[in-house]
Amino acid sequence: MRLIHALVTGLVFGLGIAISGMMNPAKVLNFFDITDHWDPSLAFVMIGAIAVTIPGYRLVWRRRAPLFGDSFQLPAAREINARLIGGSALFGIGWGIAGFCPGAALPALGLGRWEVALFIAAYIAGLAVARYLQGQAILPRPAST
Amino acid sequence: MVTEFTPLASFGGGALIGLGTVMLMGGQGLIFGATSILSGLVFPETRPKFVLRAVLILGMVLAPGLIFILQGDWPVLQIPVTPLMIALGGIIAGLGASFASGCTSGHGVCGLSRFSARSLVAVPTFMASAALTVYLVRHVLGS
Repeated sequence: MRLIHALVTGLVFGLGIAISGMMNPAKVLNFFDITDHWDPSLAFVMIGAIAVTIPGYRLVWRRRAPLFGDSFQLPAAREINARLIGGSALFGIGWGIAGFCPGAALPALGLGRWEVALFIAAYIAGLAVARYLQGQAILPRPAST
Repeated sequence: MVTEFTPLASFGGGALIGLGTVMLMGGQGLIFGATSILSGLVFPETRPKFVLRAVLILGMVLAPGLIFILQGDWPVLQIPVTPLMIALGGIIAGLGASFASGCTSGHGVCGLSRFSARSLVAVPTFMASAALTVYLVRHVLGS
């Protein structure tokens, strides 16, 4: 049951990504291109997602535990530091160059386009490099993800 | 490349993204962060965690096919950038999300909905840097 629930959850999320237009890099990049071809659709994606998640989270948190787990696992990190700000700035640069973010690219894999697989492979490479740098103590490890 | 403004489909699709996000919290107690889900697949910690993330991603990957079955068309995917830009952007975004402990879904949807102070900083930061990057790439470098 736990895995069927996970499968349906992934499917619902993926359907939302596809229907919203978030899956399409041209649409994502036009959202950011305020000076030309501006397409404000993605603001509606964020508003729609948050409008459901804010009350939805509070509703499910009324239970003591999730249906198939022992506890709700929420990020413990509170600190606002250079690592958070610098990482976010870097993430935005990559998103703005490629037009993909992972939440959109994972469902897009189902289209069978090699460019999507290239993005996912490159993204995993970026995660691996970050893990290596953190492992070498060149950068501090995150408190939590 | 011009794209059509789709407020209703985007809002409705966004609501479904929110529903999936709430389902993952209510069912499994997890934040729907695409970066942490992908990370849990390629750098697995325990077998149950790995299996759960693999099934979640399988569900996501099945979505375009379900759209095709239901309405007869595949979701639109237009790529206005070069393969080199996809690879470069992917590496930079992966590095950044790892340092920031989250991306558009983790900070943008889940974090903002929890009123997380870290996400309230992260989201405007990556939105602004993405907009600045698109401006530089399209209108200054002129690709």
